[in-house]
Amino acid sequence: MSATPLLKIDGISKSFGGLRAVHDVSLAIERGSLTALIGPNGAGKTTLFALASGFIPPDAGRVHLDGQDITGHPPHRNAVLGLTRTFQIVQPFAAQTVRENIAVGAHLHLARRSAALHYADGIARQVGLEGQLDKLANDLTVAGRKRVEMARALATRPRLLLLDEVLAGLNPQEIAEMIPVVRAIAHSGITVLMIEHVMQAVMSLAQHVLVLAQGQLIAQGTPQDVTSNPAVVEAYLGHGTAERLRKAAAQAALRESTS
Amino acid sequence: MLDFDILFPSVLNGITTGAVYALIALGLTLIYGVLHIINFAHGAALMVALYGVFFLKEKLGIDPYWALPIMVPAMFVLGYALQRVVINRASHGKDENILLVTLGISIVLENLALILFHSDTRTIETAYTLQTVAIGPAMIALPKLVAFAGALVTSGLLLLVVQKTDLGRAIRAVSKEKQGARLMGIDVDHVYAMCYGLGLVCLGAAACFLLPAYYVNPQVGSGFVLVAFTIVVLGGMGSFSGALLGGLLIGVVESVGGLLLGESLGQIGIFVIFIAVLLLRPQGIFGARA
Amino acid sequence: MKDLGAIAVFVLLVGLIPFCTDSGVTLNFVMTALYACLLSQAWNVLGGFGGQFSFGHALFFGTGAYAQAIVQMQWGLNPWLALPLAMVFSAVVGALVGGASFRYGLKGSYFALVTLACAEVFRIVAVTVPFTGAGVGLMLPLRESAASMQFGSRAGFVWLMLGLVALALLVTSWLKHSRFGAYLQAVRDNEDAARAIGVNPFRVKLAATVVSAALMGAGGAFYVQVFQYIDPGIAFGPHTSVEALVGAIVGGLGTLWGPVLGAVCLHILADLTRNLFGALPGINMVIYGSVLILIVMLLPSGVAGLGRYNPLRRKSTKVPPE
Repeated sequence: MSATPLLKIDGISKSFGGLRAVHDVSLAIERGSLTALIGPNGAGKTTLFALASGFIPPDAGRVHLDGQDITGHPPHRNAVLGLTRTFQIVQPFAAQTVRENIAVGAHLHLARRSAALHYADGIARQVGLEGQLDKLANDLTVAGRKRVEMARALATRPRLLLLDEVLAGLNPQEIAEMIPVVRAIAHSGITVLMIEHVMQAVMSLAQHVLVLAQGQLIAQGTPQDVTSNPAVVEAYLGHGTAERLRKAAAQAALRESTS
Repeated sequence: MLDFDILFPSVLNGITTGAVYALIALGLTLIYGVLHIINFAHGAALMVALYGVFFLKEKLGIDPYWALPIMVPAMFVLGYALQRVVINRASHGKDENILLVTLGISIVLENLALILFHSDTRTIETAYTLQTVAIGPAMIALPKLVAFAGALVTSGLLLLVVQKTDLGRAIRAVSKEKQGARLMGIDVDHVYAMCYGLGLVCLGAAACFLLPAYYVNPQVGSGFVLVAFTIVVLGGMGSFSGALLGGLLIGVVESVGGLLLGESLGQIGIFVIFIAVLLLRPQGIFGARA
Repeated sequence: MKDLGAIAVFVLLVGLIPFCTDSGVTLNFVMTALYACLLSQAWNVLGGFGGQFSFGHALFFGTGAYAQAIVQMQWGLNPWLALPLAMVFSAVVGALVGGASFRYGLKGSYFALVTLACAEVFRIVAVTVPFTGAGVGLMLPLRESAASMQFGSRAGFVWLMLGLVALALLVTSWLKHSRFGAYLQAVRDNEDAARAIGVNPFRVKLAATVVSAALMGAGGAFYVQVFQYIDPGIAFGPHTSVEALVGAIVGGLGTLWGPVLGAVCLHILADLTRNLFGALPGINMVIYGSVLILIVMLLPSGVAGLGRYNPLRRKSTKVPPE
């Protein structure tokens, strides 16, 4: 691809009082792609999101959005440029209605209140919230609140959307209902980078997967490449597991061929 | 103006006042460190304690220092009840509510005192009120020296309680990890109330040491509140050593400031420090980022 | 719009009162009730809509009051010109205090403390500095006429204050129905979430402080015109700060009519108490403090309860939360 990647991160690092949360991570996200960022707990994925979106300044490295250097920009400035994120622990405006929540996002491009509220109705339909527009965000289920947060982010008309574990805390039914919503967002032209633990979603949604472990990028590729990568298995299941699994698979194959 | 003969007594006076300030701030630090609440009612509670000591002397002839064994338990009970009955119930788990309810308590206490006792400033007279002790070129009032010693001893005792007793261990556990402490069977509400009670105990003791060299009126509380907050913020929220050192420092700043700028403008020095610390180094000298 | 209509009706009804009665007592009551409304409405802009609790709002009140007095007495300006100027002075102080506080990320208790400390600093300065009359204060020379904003009867003051309250109501209504208001409430409800979708919290909070300060300053200027006297205690003391915040909280934070309702109720309560117990110094404050404590204790989520919980909003059935 000759076009500039939409998001380019070069050698980004961040430590918290001696603890290296993210170390020398470089990655590129292509326009229009849907990429998953996976890795064991504590790998630094959410920190990476915070660094990319401007919530935390990096100790080293640079972030580029569509060729423009946005390192050190505050989050609201990045939102104007088309980069927005959701949060691992969902953060609605609890005492406001669903419509009002989404309207705050809409106001990024719409000054008039009535226009923003109307736009919010449209976005709500996109994520399946049209029946709940008058409810207080606090009164929705976790799945509902996650949709509100997504809708709110969508209302800002982002070019790049960072989704932080949108499926966490959802039951299988809710996950099955949420996956098409995310797919639809990606199909509408928005580039999506999502942190996700639910492998079913990663396999069915992502074209490209990045694996973060202990603050470093240890693998990237298609979902199939990554899940059969021994380094990735090790990161999740511990040192030596990949070898053990390989041996077990070899022995099983041997038994089958001799029986 | 900066002549040693004038500066030295001013500094000494500042240190003696500062020790009492430190004791007051210690109570505030304890309450903040454990309950994580900014106790706006601290000044008003001190005022209540001062009136207590005053009336014990006026009506029952009990000397302030002998009033200690009465005031300390009384303030403990008041603190325990206030926290358990009012503050705890009002918090609903949100900081903004605690802020408002302690503000409300301070307003009610201060103005009840105004209604009951009028705005006259009262002082007490004892055999030793006017006695002085010579230290170098300085003549320091005896009550102030006793206050200095008393404040340090009380602070030391409080620190011992927090470090060595079971209650102290429970307090430290709750302040670090409330849920975990609850799971271990510690009655968190009880510990909170004990802690608030201890915070007011500092005020009870401070009142006994203060009154002989000072005065009481319904507004004294507000004067002390901001000074106490300045000390706690300067020393670092939740740091005992910070409260002690901060207290002594502020005492000296107030004394020397008053010397150089006059009584009222000297007070500004303290507030300017307060605002500056909050803006520039909110964690204070010793504290962790609050 | 519904709100504008309601405001118009309110202004009309209250504006007619001076035509319906000559009673000095009634008009005085209406005037002081409206005055209390203005103070609480001013506080509500920053406290209710912005979620930043200031414990030293008298800072802006006193600045407006002294500005109104000094501008007339030293510069010879007409009081009708002095009033907007006083509001500007208060707004500037608001910008300075708000700017510094929010620039350094002060929130919650720390913000409350800083505003309290600033009010106290101003009080001490006012006591010391000669051009504020030091501890003695300033007395506005008597010049009874509408042109010098010193009305012969209370009616004139009622209409003046009604105008200011209407202004505050319009500003509040604008907060409810504008992008700025949406941004301000978003920052109040969840600052990080707001930042992620393009809201600049510093700018928004600063603007709210400036507006709140200007309205509070108008209250101060009005006080000077009515009572023709100001001193450091009245200007920067805790009484005004407390009156402003309790009225807003009791009536309902972040609503249009809440502060009006709260201020009027408190005012009636204070009046009743005065009739029962006489004019004890401090009795008002005991009432305000007790009401504050009770409201925070008894409402389901403390102060958030009255303002944001609006049963009229629930148009659909409630989905059981997780």
